[in-house]
Amino acid sequence: MNLTLKIWRQKDSKSKGQMVDYKVTDISEHMSFLEMMDVLNEQLVNTGEEPVAFDHDCREGICGMCSMYINGEAHGPDRGVTTCQLHMRMFKDGDTITIEPFRAKAFPVIKDLVVDRSSFERIQQAGGFISVNTSGNTQDANAIPISKHAADEAMDAAACIGCGACVATCKNSSAMLFVGAKVSQYALLPQGQVEAADRVLNMVAQMDAEGFGNCTNTGACEIECPKGISLENIARMNREYLSASLKG
Amino acid sequence: MALDSKVPEGPIKDKWTTYKDKINLVNPANKRHIDVIVVGTGLAGGSASATLAELGYNVKAFAYQDSPRRAHSIAAQGGINAAKNYQGDGDSNYRLFYDTVKGGDYRSREANVYRLAEVSANIIDQCVAQGVPFARDYGGLLDNRSFGGVLVSRTFYAKGQTGQQLLLGAYSAMNRQIARGKIEMFNRHEMLDVVIVDGKARGIIARDLVTGEIERHSAHAVVIASGGYGNIYFLSTNAMGSNATAAWKIHKKGAYFANPCYTQIHPTCIPRSGDYQSKLTLMSESLRNDGRIWVPKNLEDVKAIREGRKKPTDLSEDERDYYLERRYPAFGNLVPRDVASRAAKERCDAGYGVNATGEAVYLDFASAITRYGIEQAKIHNISNPSDAKIYELGQKIVEEKYGNLFQMYEKIVDENPYKTPMMIYPAVHYTMGGVWVDYNLMTTIPGCYCIGEANFSDHGANRLGASALMQGLADGYFVLPYTIGDYLANDIRTGKISTDLPEFEAAEKEVSDRINFFINNKGTKSVDYFHKKLGNIMWNKCGMSRNAKNLEEAIKEIAELRAEFWKEVSVPGGDKEFNEELAKAGRVADFLELGELFAKDALNRNESCGGHFREESAEESGPQKGEAKRDDKNYAYVAAWEYKGEPANAVLHKEELKFNDIELKQRSYK
Repeated sequence: MNLTLKIWRQKDSKSKGQMVDYKVTDISEHMSFLEMMDVLNEQLVNTGEEPVAFDHDCREGICGMCSMYINGEAHGPDRGVTTCQLHMRMFKDGDTITIEPFRAKAFPVIKDLVVDRSSFERIQQAGGFISVNTSGNTQDANAIPISKHAADEAMDAAACIGCGACVATCKNSSAMLFVGAKVSQYALLPQGQVEAADRVLNMVAQMDAEGFGNCTNTGACEIECPKGISLENIARMNREYLSASLKG
Repeated sequence: MALDSKVPEGPIKDKWTTYKDKINLVNPANKRHIDVIVVGTGLAGGSASATLAELGYNVKAFAYQDSPRRAHSIAAQGGINAAKNYQGDGDSNYRLFYDTVKGGDYRSREANVYRLAEVSANIIDQCVAQGVPFARDYGGLLDNRSFGGVLVSRTFYAKGQTGQQLLLGAYSAMNRQIARGKIEMFNRHEMLDVVIVDGKARGIIARDLVTGEIERHSAHAVVIASGGYGNIYFLSTNAMGSNATAAWKIHKKGAYFANPCYTQIHPTCIPRSGDYQSKLTLMSESLRNDGRIWVPKNLEDVKAIREGRKKPTDLSEDERDYYLERRYPAFGNLVPRDVASRAAKERCDAGYGVNATGEAVYLDFASAITRYGIEQAKIHNISNPSDAKIYELGQKIVEEKYGNLFQMYEKIVDENPYKTPMMIYPAVHYTMGGVWVDYNLMTTIPGCYCIGEANFSDHGANRLGASALMQGLADGYFVLPYTIGDYLANDIRTGKISTDLPEFEAAEKEVSDRINFFINNKGTKSVDYFHKKLGNIMWNKCGMSRNAKNLEEAIKEIAELRAEFWKEVSVPGGDKEFNEELAKAGRVADFLELGELFAKDALNRNESCGGHFREESAEESGPQKGEAKRDDKNYAYVAAWEYKGEPANAVLHKEELKFNDIELKQRSYK
């Protein structure tokens, strides 16, 4: 198929950006979206132009590195996938595809489609851990039974890949789904209980300090999340936050 | 220099404990004055960084991605082994040790492997304490599954995302130390050289991948945890950015590189579909617990399937050849990876491949779905369930176990694997070879360590499933933090290492010169052009099956390609900016050298062992006809190569492998 691409080009964080049109031809429907981008970049390199910068790494939907806002949707039109797993069979010959970076105040653009998500790092550093040293003397892994239900729910929350689609898609640029997922994972496990109150207060404080917006329950994040992280995690975080504040 | 593995004396069961009791320690007050650089933040580097920081060292950690959480350990699916014997099926440290040495085709160092087995149980304890949500049974205890090459269930897992969960565990431990200021994290940075002062590793030269600035970083020890070099094949299951640069740079500065030809070609990957393909996707080995591998018995059926006249589900049981079950009745679909891969290649080479390229076999879940369905019907007291009901119940169980893998397959191939068998074919997945290290995990450069997939030590010539995660975390959490202390104990009076030393200046100049060359070369061909060409040579001549003629050709062709690269490579953009092409150029330049050493090593090893299959060395008759034939008399050694200017001039050093606790015999899975 032949396509027209409208892509955000921005030299660096200080420069002004703009949409630029490109054409690609003979794109196979079996290609992944990023392989289509590879074709474009090979074309650009061969004509001495600078290729379009975009983040990507594992290309199997788990590292969370790839982003891109495609035709107005984080990770594009398919559901339950990251951009690297999006396939060209979702598009048809003659389509025009608009490709922008994830946009949020807390995700400044580094170059073209690459954004700086270090705000997510700082939120995790504020409390996304259980304070246990490596010792080799930790109690046996089976010492505390954990109900299958709780373990499975914790796993579902822990499946977050930290890509930032929830933020990019939210009209308030809220990071509640991302933070809620981490808070939930630990809140559901006995090991996470000791620090639960401090964790939720510190992570939420950092989230606010980074300039992420508030949640107004539109649920767009849940729909766009490539890993299907449930809104339930935001509710759980709110409960944790409330009870931690009251204990305060 | 003679290779000294520094394996402690004494019985194998006591070596590690006795050794730990006797090595030097650094007192907590002194640790505060000692800096350690860790390059790479996957399971090995991440766990090492966190643990070293907990102990009190000042850690500087480097990742080329925008966060440690993106390291490619995250993509490991199936699980992590540990000799917990929770299933009471006869597991023990010795059995895990035995299975790993046997699985590695007797080409690993016994003492290292035993230590790995010994600390494996601690890893699970540690991870559970960190909040890793492993799968559990209804009683609330940890669940296990089986992996290839073993007869027990010792694999712990978190759905099909075990690597992700373990990495996020290590990442959380790192975050705690980053918050305390004990780890200084350098994301989007790439190490481009090691700096050696008075014969010791004392720092690195790194490039900030956003600004393009070249930076000097000093430390009392340098740890390389940069993963494997599977991307030398261009197409592999590795992440796009995975590279050998850090490992190759230390090799060029004195670290020996061991067994580069030991590559793991994983049997269950999604087959390639076209020339545009950028990477291959793995389907976890855990699928072989429940999936049965087959091709049609008759070539007419193969033809009909390829032409779309027949579907795989149209073939009756006796029209199918479950070739692994046929050839290896004892282990069946759970033979080790190298054996399963070669068997798939054998069938496809004989013309039985089931897709258009002729390079695919079926992985079929129908019997597992039925088996689980019948069991569920019993559990739920459903009498006389219909076939459809059984299928529905069974599908639910399979979905619970492998849901994300099935979804991934469907997204890529556009076929529903619950209804029609998956198509799979082997792909490059892991490299057992790597930087040579002694028992302390130190390379031949004093003060320079290498851990995880980047080193060579534990998997011999073939790695068993679910052992990579085990090794990464064992090295980082439980081994290196002890052994590095023994070395650093001599550095308590050294004080801060200055980055103004002439050695730093020289190393930085070398790095800058190379970058300037790339930017100014203005050749005619892109970096990917060379990378793809190299990949083709590697796959066709150093792939699943190797012979002297092909390897000699490969050596010549790679050297020619390298010469062309340095003439014709074109890198757009500038050096002081975000420039992925520039980063890629440096990595491919290193692959072009490593590739030649790889072929040279494969040529030298005229025996078949594990993932290294030499056509000249196969069983000619008897029940093992066609199987790999090892040559213990001549090749029971680690081939450690010393850099001498060009890969062609590399000098071979041999570490003889002694087996005191395991009898060497032919690996049989029949």
